[in-house]
Amino acid sequence: MKVFDLRIPLGWLFAVLGLLLVVTGLRATPAADARSLGININLIWGVVMIAFALICLWLARREARRRSRAGHSAPH
Amino acid sequence: MQPIHLGLIDGAILIIYFAFVLGIGLVLKRQMRTSTDFFLSGRLIPAWVAGLAFLSANLGAQEVIGMAASGAKYGIMTSHFYWVGAIPAMVFVAVFMMPFYYGSKARSVPEYLKMRFDEKTRALNAVTFAAMTIFSSGISMYAMALLLNLLLGWDFNLSVWLSAIIVLLYISLGGLTSAIYNEVMQFFLIVAGFAPLVFLGLRDVGGWSGLQVRLTAVSTAQGFAPGAFTNSWRFMGSASDNPMGVQWFAMLMGLGFVLSFGYWCTDFLVMQRAMAAESMSAARRTPLVAAVPKMFFPFLVILPGMLAIALTQQHGLSGFSLPAKPDGSPNYDLVIPIMLGHYFPSGILGLGLTALMASFMSGMAGNVTAFNTVWTYDLYQAYLRPGASDSALLWMGRAATVVGIAVSVAAAYFAAHFNNIMDLLQLVFAFVNAPLFATFLLGMFWRRATGHGAFFGLVSGILAAAFHHGLTQPHGALTLAKGGWLGHILQVYPSEMAQNFWTAIFAWTTCFVVTIIVSLGTRPQKSDEQLRGLVSSLTPRIVEENVVWYKRPAALGGFVLFLALILNIIFW
Repeated sequence: MKVFDLRIPLGWLFAVLGLLLVVTGLRATPAADARSLGININLIWGVVMIAFALICLWLARREARRRSRAGHSAPH
Repeated sequence: MQPIHLGLIDGAILIIYFAFVLGIGLVLKRQMRTSTDFFLSGRLIPAWVAGLAFLSANLGAQEVIGMAASGAKYGIMTSHFYWVGAIPAMVFVAVFMMPFYYGSKARSVPEYLKMRFDEKTRALNAVTFAAMTIFSSGISMYAMALLLNLLLGWDFNLSVWLSAIIVLLYISLGGLTSAIYNEVMQFFLIVAGFAPLVFLGLRDVGGWSGLQVRLTAVSTAQGFAPGAFTNSWRFMGSASDNPMGVQWFAMLMGLGFVLSFGYWCTDFLVMQRAMAAESMSAARRTPLVAAVPKMFFPFLVILPGMLAIALTQQHGLSGFSLPAKPDGSPNYDLVIPIMLGHYFPSGILGLGLTALMASFMSGMAGNVTAFNTVWTYDLYQAYLRPGASDSALLWMGRAATVVGIAVSVAAAYFAAHFNNIMDLLQLVFAFVNAPLFATFLLGMFWRRATGHGAFFGLVSGILAAAFHHGLTQPHGALTLAKGGWLGHILQVYPSEMAQNFWTAIFAWTTCFVVTIIVSLGTRPQKSDEQLRGLVSSLTPRIVEENVVWYKRPAALGGFVLFLALILNIIFW
């Protein structure tokens, strides 16, 4: 059994959700932010989630490259 | 209370999450070729994934809702469940017990008992465990449906069936790997959903110092010293000085030793994640990887409860308050959902709700994967069809998933109609669990312990728990389900928690002593050769020459304990 790298779906999920939050945050009115004590929490947290997503995807990619390089150089 | 109104964006977030959950199951389906793939993820899971799943599998409804409620009722003392309870036990299982669990190649915890002791000990453990997991899963489902009904006005039936079908699909498709992958995603979602909530709540109350000031009023109003809600140890000298009603010895022995070690070192639900790890080294690191975030979970799940009670006491800037139950007392179970609705605008509100639902579903999924494994390996293959082929086992695993979830749904409806019977069942399970750790401790570290000793030790431990419960009562008990049903009350404890801790202490001690006595009086049925790899003195020590120091379990474990100690001191 060969399983895929979990960081790929994890990264994509957070990227999509983060993007949704950023879009919501950009369109937010002061009235909508009154709940979150006047902070545009959607925008801030959306950016944080996207940053996390990029780290996950970058790590997964690095690992995949490392594996394929190790696979190529292995003696047959 | 008024149901929270969800925006379009909140619904979209929830649906995207469900799509990812099912997508993972679908992709993994092609990989499920043997029963080992399905029940043990082919033993291919890296340590960090297994570790986060180890943590998440236990992070179901009871944890998230219950810990916040305890935070509101008892304050920072609730974090003893983490800093005294879980962490030392997790380090112990990683350093001392994992070599036997993983090294024995047992496919489940009951199977280890069979290899180490005998058939009857395994059967006792397998049957009680299977029944327990399925009922827990049902109770989890019931709690979720009830909450969604109250919070969003969703139909109870819809919530039960929708969550059941989603969990059924992703587990029957992708087996344990699917459950583990989803548990890890859920871990990150919970952090992402709850961290901004704690941030906003803390800001509203005026930071930690503002929280302390407000909780002083809560504390003195209940007749305790001003700092009783914000100090974890200072008021444990006597049970009557702290809101939990527990004295330090009962805390250390009952919770810190018996209950926590009993759960984290023997429960197959969490151990299954470590058994699926890719190597012995990864298996031993699994509980340690889990311990690091676990230690900081009080800030995510207990702090909201403390914030909620402080904000209710003296209205915060934004006017937050906890809703009351019909009898007028505050409804602590609603802490997190109500805070989500109060502080989160549409958008992040969807994220918070998704995190909550993810925790409910993965709690259920954890139970179901543990159930289908124990059923298939320890009951079906062991007693019903000993010669079953591997493909038959794989098929049975999927069938057990369907049946397990169907029984859970039935249990959820049962819980909705007969709340008291469910309480009673949970009580019985608590009796069954309390002595278990003594059996494993003696099994792994005393080679003379015999099968008869283990079995009769366990049975008498369970009986001791029942008798202790029947002869004692917590202060102010109204029903016999709380104790004292033997008609004669020997001891009244200041709180239910104190009674639980002492029940566990009695059960453990009885099991420990009886196992030793019976073992000495019976002949060992297993030869030293058969016990190799299962008992400490007959297993060669693991040499770790090629492992970097920070990946060695002992070093990592020491570091984890040191961090936990610092947290205990900071919040002394």
